[in-house]
Amino acid sequence: METPLFATHSCVAVEGGKVRVIKLRKFAALMAASTLVLAGCSSSSDEEGSGAYAGPVKDTPGTINVLAWPGYAEDGSTDPNVDWVTPFEKATGCTVNVKTYGTSDEAVQLMQAGGYDVISASGDASLRLIYGGDLQPVNLDLIPNYADIFDNLKDRPWNTVDGKNYGVPHGRGANVLQYTIGKVNPAPTSWSVVWEPNSPAKGKVTAYDSAIYIADAAVYLMSTKPELGITDPYALDQTQFDAAMALLAQQKPLIAEYWADYTKYIGAVQSGSITVGTSWQVIANVLNGEKATVGAVKPVEGATGWSDTWMISSKTEAIDCAYKWLNHIITPNVNAQAAEYFGEAPANSKACALTANPDHCKLYHAEETDYWSNVYYWKTPTEQCLDGRTDAKCVPYAEWVKAWSSFRNS
Amino acid sequence: MTTTIRARRLLHRNSGARVTTLLALPLFWLVVLYIGSLAALFVTSIWKIDTFTSKVVREFTFQNFIDVFTDKAYFNVTIRTLFVAICVTLICAFIAIPMAFFMARVARPKYRPVLIALVITPLWASYLVKIYAWRTMFYPEKGFVNWLIQPLGGSSPGFGIFAVIIGLTYLWLPYMVLPIYAGMEKLPNSVLDASSDLGAKSGRTFFSIILPITWPAIIAGSVFTFSLSMGDYITVQILGGTFQMLGNVVYQNFSLNLPFAAAVALIPVLIMMVYLGSIRKTGALDNL
Repeated sequence: METPLFATHSCVAVEGGKVRVIKLRKFAALMAASTLVLAGCSSSSDEEGSGAYAGPVKDTPGTINVLAWPGYAEDGSTDPNVDWVTPFEKATGCTVNVKTYGTSDEAVQLMQAGGYDVISASGDASLRLIYGGDLQPVNLDLIPNYADIFDNLKDRPWNTVDGKNYGVPHGRGANVLQYTIGKVNPAPTSWSVVWEPNSPAKGKVTAYDSAIYIADAAVYLMSTKPELGITDPYALDQTQFDAAMALLAQQKPLIAEYWADYTKYIGAVQSGSITVGTSWQVIANVLNGEKATVGAVKPVEGATGWSDTWMISSKTEAIDCAYKWLNHIITPNVNAQAAEYFGEAPANSKACALTANPDHCKLYHAEETDYWSNVYYWKTPTEQCLDGRTDAKCVPYAEWVKAWSSFRNS
Repeated sequence: MTTTIRARRLLHRNSGARVTTLLALPLFWLVVLYIGSLAALFVTSIWKIDTFTSKVVREFTFQNFIDVFTDKAYFNVTIRTLFVAICVTLICAFIAIPMAFFMARVARPKYRPVLIALVITPLWASYLVKIYAWRTMFYPEKGFVNWLIQPLGGSSPGFGIFAVIIGLTYLWLPYMVLPIYAGMEKLPNSVLDASSDLGAKSGRTFFSIILPITWPAIIAGSVFTFSLSMGDYITVQILGGTFQMLGNVVYQNFSLNLPFAAAVALIPVLIMMVYLGSIRKTGALDNL
């Protein structure tokens, strides 16, 4: 996963007798201004420079409005037995209001409108919010549970910008290739079954209905057309982007439906109108509830995926409650409950011992570093190429959205 | 207490104040909420967005309209949307005219309220429930439609434009039946008697007398079916497969590029304005 384009810098700052290790992992593009990086390293040691809350976290009662993916902040209203919000309220005196959202784009819109204190953001939402000034850097010293987070989730480009951490990782998952057992023979191990015109599942393929799915085409092109030179499916220059769109056009005749609503997807698989396509592990689990009807694999080409982070609004007035929430939500047993309820790999390494199903972490590959090496987490594509190329201009997300909208209506 | 009396006196003496108080709420609704939101839609469509954060930047541009009108995909989707709306309207009219005629003219008067209730009954169920029911019926292999067609050697068309037209027709049919029923009920018996006295058979009476007189009512019904079909996107999402309409374009873009979505949303508004303008002369608007 560590492409040589990412550089890791560590520097030690001594501050009031307390030694802190500050890690900086930056885009190589930003590295170009290496003097700035060094300056950032030394200046981020003082809290003024990073803009993060200096602490200490006080016992101020307050109310926080939480914006979360469904299943991430359960307060018992979905299922009385699934509740990790009420214990938090009782322990801290903070009141929590939860609002859920369906897509990253919706989350960005709601967060920009304001009124929310903390958010669970995927990588394709977080950068837009950080650069939009909607989030504040997080002082990780004030979040004791952060120490137990898997190392390969820390200081990543979607949660850390200019050496400043903007939140705590929650969980991650891969967008797997799901197929109906017995309907797709032989069982697929490659994405070719959803992209190639001679697919045995022609007319019964599904794809994710969002512009971010263009990255899935790019992942396939990375192994089938290496001459395009794609190293990061979210950093596509115009030629690479056009190739991805051409692949999507080639795929269109195979598609039965594009999906965004996973309950509808489940119904379509059960009825047999969809037999293969991109999916989430949680969908496969629901389908396999009674007996195994579908298989879910991460194909040989790798896959796109998500890695979610809890972040704090720059406009919050309940900063103490917000920090307490961030610490609470990644507590091993809470993280275990949430990850298991949603169906993804937890971010806290100690959560694996506490899941109700002892095999949960194995099922979701939480501890296998290798598994994640070709999972390309959702990120917001920017004009400045995310893979560090400085000689090329990449297609920004707004253009992805335009192209996707035009493609879906062509 | 005295203020109430004073207010009463004022309203009694001053007719202007009386009318203003009476109409304040409806006018607020019409001007501020209705026309105001249309104006906001238009204003939004001439703004830009910050391409990275998707935030609306209040700078003037016609780029959104250029994008809408130069990309062939949006021209095609407009044509497809129009096609669906016209098909739905025609099928609704085709079914509703004989239905309304039967209800208003053939059935015994004591059964009429029952028949009207039956037509309205589907409106009591949630839109989503009905469309999901159609979804299960349209499943390519296991659905009801497939079961129905299979003995005839066909197979279900599955999800797509056909399923969307059927679903929308089902949803909007009552809106076509009711105005036509009202129009046919108003038909004076004397003209029908005169027609038969002069020797016209029932077919001739229907096409020469009933249809022309109820034409404005049919057009009134078409305003509902046409405009509701133009703007629908949920049925299309559920029954459309990969098929999309204008509403879906708006839905796809509103969270990321609000000005562009606003520009697209103006297309059905324009089409409806043209449509309403062209039927104004038929007197259909009096029948709404």
